[in-house]
Amino acid sequence: MQETTTVEMAPAGIAPATSREPWWRIVWRNAFPFLVLGAIWEIVAHAGLFPPRLFPTLETIASAFVRLMAAGILPHHIAETLLRLIAGFGLAAVAGIAIGIAMARLRLAEDVFLPLVSIGAPIPGIAYAPLFLLWFGLGSFSTILLVAFVSAFPIILNTWTGVKAVKEIWVRSALAMGADNRRLFHHVILPGALPYILTGLRLGLAQAWRILVGVEMLAAVSWGLGWLIFGAREFLNTDVMLAGVAVIGMIGFALEKLVFQRIENFTVVRWGMMT
Amino acid sequence: MTAGTAATTNQERSRSMWRAAVTLVVAALLYELVARSGYFPRVLVPSLSAVAQTLFALLIDGTLLRHSLATIYRVLFGLGLAVVVAVPLGILMARFRAVENFFLPLASALMPIPSLAWVPVFILWFGLGNTVAVLIVFYAATFPLLLNTWSGVRAVNPLWLRAAGAMGAGEQALFWKVIIPAAFPFIITGLRQSFLRAWIAVVGAEMLAASDFGLGWVIFDAKEFLNADVMMASLAVIGLIGFAFERLAFGALERATVLRWGMVRAAKG
Repeated sequence: MQETTTVEMAPAGIAPATSREPWWRIVWRNAFPFLVLGAIWEIVAHAGLFPPRLFPTLETIASAFVRLMAAGILPHHIAETLLRLIAGFGLAAVAGIAIGIAMARLRLAEDVFLPLVSIGAPIPGIAYAPLFLLWFGLGSFSTILLVAFVSAFPIILNTWTGVKAVKEIWVRSALAMGADNRRLFHHVILPGALPYILTGLRLGLAQAWRILVGVEMLAAVSWGLGWLIFGAREFLNTDVMLAGVAVIGMIGFALEKLVFQRIENFTVVRWGMMT
Repeated sequence: MTAGTAATTNQERSRSMWRAAVTLVVAALLYELVARSGYFPRVLVPSLSAVAQTLFALLIDGTLLRHSLATIYRVLFGLGLAVVVAVPLGILMARFRAVENFFLPLASALMPIPSLAWVPVFILWFGLGNTVAVLIVFYAATFPLLLNTWSGVRAVNPLWLRAAGAMGAGEQALFWKVIIPAAFPFIITGLRQSFLRAWIAVVGAEMLAASDFGLGWVIFDAKEFLNADVMMASLAVIGLIGFAFERLAFGALERATVLRWGMVRAAKG
């Protein structure tokens, strides 16, 4: 799991705005590539090079989206997928942070968990899916468990690294100032390790999201975005599939931008741990 | 796994290796006890000796080798395509404002879509088989490589550029002798991330797109026949190949390029 220790990836942002630019220029600049791509798509779709069932026009995709939204089908799929994501990721966050902290603070925990984690982490999560389905049956339970299992690895490794990376001098000065174990943990170790832990959570969530869609296809859950697009294939409903893919992209984007940047601003940036 | 180990002495390292070995043996014994207790059905929880036997048998008769080669071929093909597309594009994005303005919004919109979400769409468009797997790998591998190349080229120390310019380096020399080596650590990091994603994507694509070759397909197919031993044997092989690529291939690449050029120090333990 090299991803956890290497440099954080470049923020995949909207093109950086130079401050003097008026807002409509920024909007236009970011919208322009999508307009070009959309125009090309429309031309190809209308030209009839491919059967329209397989390569629907953007209007068809949009109308499929609106239809499914209005019928309440799409919101149901979205809700189920998000529930699984939250359940799986929540489990992974709790277990992962606990194990990571234990590994960094207790010698025995490190000896027990480090070899197991090092062996489990390099295997791609989706490869475990059939085994989990065999053991825990088809459906939601296996899906949540697998998502939790997969996203726990980056969380464990980053928490472990983070707690170990807390500066010795901070710990010693806190002790010299008479901090007991609890205060040491709350006021020094946790804030000190938090940038790493947040990176771990972020990687874990991204990983959970990537795996979840695939597992939903395999696990034959009755609702869920992965199942929606996989099931639509049987009926050649390419418009439904592409609408589903678009929704998946939007949720992924929202998770990264809204959830994690907020958390980071509220905690580590405010405490001055990171700028 | 990398941080902090540089300082450990040899003695300490051998002790931690020994402890790791003890843990693994104990874990294996526990698993073996559970498997042999008869509490769970044999087919679902095979004993380790059964898994080892299966692994050995599959290795000897060459099936596992054939499937591994199919999977590796798909990953390398897709990864190669990604390198050919993403590295030049990343460099262009970093050097030309217009290219960046055009491709960056597209990349940040497409990146949050998990590659596996495209599998059903690609199956419809390209049919079952190799093409889908290769394209999914390509999709998964492109974005980390693109973004890392882009930020690598942008992060080139401007002092180096000015120094090279002052020493009379032309545009071409500047590009090949300064910009590329300076961006290389980022590109390799991108390649590593790409490989990890590609490795996940290929296994998932093989399960879903059910071409009849590849390690992902072996695992998925084994589920139908309740062959948990085959599944675990292929899981082990998948883990081993991924680990080998990560350590050997990328380690060698790093030693041959950035370490030799002195761009990063060998701090990894």
